[in-house]
Amino acid sequence: MSESILALYIFVLACFIGYYVVWGVTPSLHTPLVALTNAISGIVLVGALLVTGLDEAGFLASGMGFLAVLLASINVFGGFLVTHRMLSMFKKKK
Amino acid sequence: MELTLNPTHQALAYLVSAVLFIFALKGLTHPSTARRGNLFGMLGMGIAIGATLLGAEVQDYWLIAVAGIIGAVVGIVIALRIQMTAMPQLVAALHSFVGMAAVLVAIGTFINRQQAGTLDAVLMGELSAGIVIGAITFTGSVIAFAKLQGIMSGAPIKFAGQHALNALIGVLTVALAVYFAMTGSVWALVLMTLLAFVLGGTLIIPIGGADMPVIISMLNSYSGWAAAATGFTLHNNLLIIVGALVGFSGAILSYIMCRAMNRSILNVVFGGFGTDAGGGDSAGAVAAEKGVKSASVEDAVYWMEDAGKVIIVPGYGMAVAQAQHALKEMMELLQARGVEVKFAIHPVAGRMPGHMNVLLAEADIPYDQVLEMDEINPEFQTADVALVVGANDVVNPAAKEDTASPIYGMPILEAGKARQVYFLKRSMRPGYSGVDNLLFYQDNTSLIFGDAKDTIEGMVSALKGGGH
Repeated sequence: MSESILALYIFVLACFIGYYVVWGVTPSLHTPLVALTNAISGIVLVGALLVTGLDEAGFLASGMGFLAVLLASINVFGGFLVTHRMLSMFKKKK
Repeated sequence: MELTLNPTHQALAYLVSAVLFIFALKGLTHPSTARRGNLFGMLGMGIAIGATLLGAEVQDYWLIAVAGIIGAVVGIVIALRIQMTAMPQLVAALHSFVGMAAVLVAIGTFINRQQAGTLDAVLMGELSAGIVIGAITFTGSVIAFAKLQGIMSGAPIKFAGQHALNALIGVLTVALAVYFAMTGSVWALVLMTLLAFVLGGTLIIPIGGADMPVIISMLNSYSGWAAAATGFTLHNNLLIIVGALVGFSGAILSYIMCRAMNRSILNVVFGGFGTDAGGGDSAGAVAAEKGVKSASVEDAVYWMEDAGKVIIVPGYGMAVAQAQHALKEMMELLQARGVEVKFAIHPVAGRMPGHMNVLLAEADIPYDQVLEMDEINPEFQTADVALVVGANDVVNPAAKEDTASPIYGMPILEAGKARQVYFLKRSMRPGYSGVDNLLFYQDNTSLIFGDAKDTIEGMVSALKGGGH
């Protein structure tokens, strides 16, 4: 099995996990869900690190990687923090 | 660096991080576990980043450190400063960053691989997918941001041949992607990228402001697919898993939002629903002409202070007027008099999924008093007062009764079943659907004109001063 096909297997199975997990999310937390998935999709940061960190990367590739790292970091830090801020506000009746 | 992680250990770390992300989403099943979920997410991200930095592939740290620190500072400052009412804009902006990052990573990978001479057709096909999805996510989110921020009108922008044009751009983009994958032509790559950026814009401009909850969800989904596509190009399973989770999350939210409007996703994407109409005439005069009763703040307070149960229906107007804190005060005063107060939330109230819940939570209103449509609907008939604060279409009985109405079939909050209905409204202009609200003309309905926040504050002072 080629690497790409294996990746496809993982992708399809992960879709099923996503499907079942997300249906369980309570509607009152849909905004935090969007913010959290947003933070998590900052995982493209990993890709950005790989592009930028390559020793042989030329000027153009490094520049693009630099910008990608910057944008993805905003997502990661901003996303998790704002999710935390929102979730801290949800309180039960005292 | 002395310390490097071998590929097997790195892969195991990625697996741990993927599992933590699944737990993060799972945490959102209930508000009591949600914060822990978010912490799992942070931990997962920390492990993923650590494992990547320690891997053999990352050798140069300077640029990464500088970009990472700038990004972190910007992200933290934004997250701490942002107003809860501006959450839809923030989310749109963040989606655009993911899209752009995916495009940059794909092009950067192309350049690095070309230099190393390790390009092949499959890889270039995957790169194209990453670039196209990322670019559409980017411009689409930028337009959504501009509409939400009021930089652009929320009204749908439509012109003849729009769908044909989009189809043409779409076909050209795909054709260029195929050509690029087969030949590795840089020109095809550049042209494809530009067209995908254009397509992201032209796909979103015909969609109106009221459909924002669907658009936000859709772009959320796209940003996930963009991450997954990046995962395919880098043969990175963590990105593939996370992309699939996020992609499906957004897709499910889009579906839930569409169902709550009784519309198909195609109808939303191609429909161009809703207007941005501004009212001109004096609200009271128009109301009288149409046979609508208007009431004073005191009337409403008179009914509410001795009520058994009051149900408040907040909508986007509450967010605009920032009336949630005043509502909280009113809620407490009523509760002190033994009145049961609940909040009824329609799935598409506001500009993004769950928007109202966050605003009410911000005002310290306990989440167990805030109920979803299906839970609260049976309760309206036992409520003495339904107070509609800046909502409109979501309580319009036309959705149930008028088969000719554009919103017919949309599930609504049955506020009209309460003994008394008070509408806080700025003017007589219809909701975003542009449909007149039949509830205005019902015998038990009265309208209170004015800014929602001022009106509620008026109620608060009447409850404090007058009464017993």
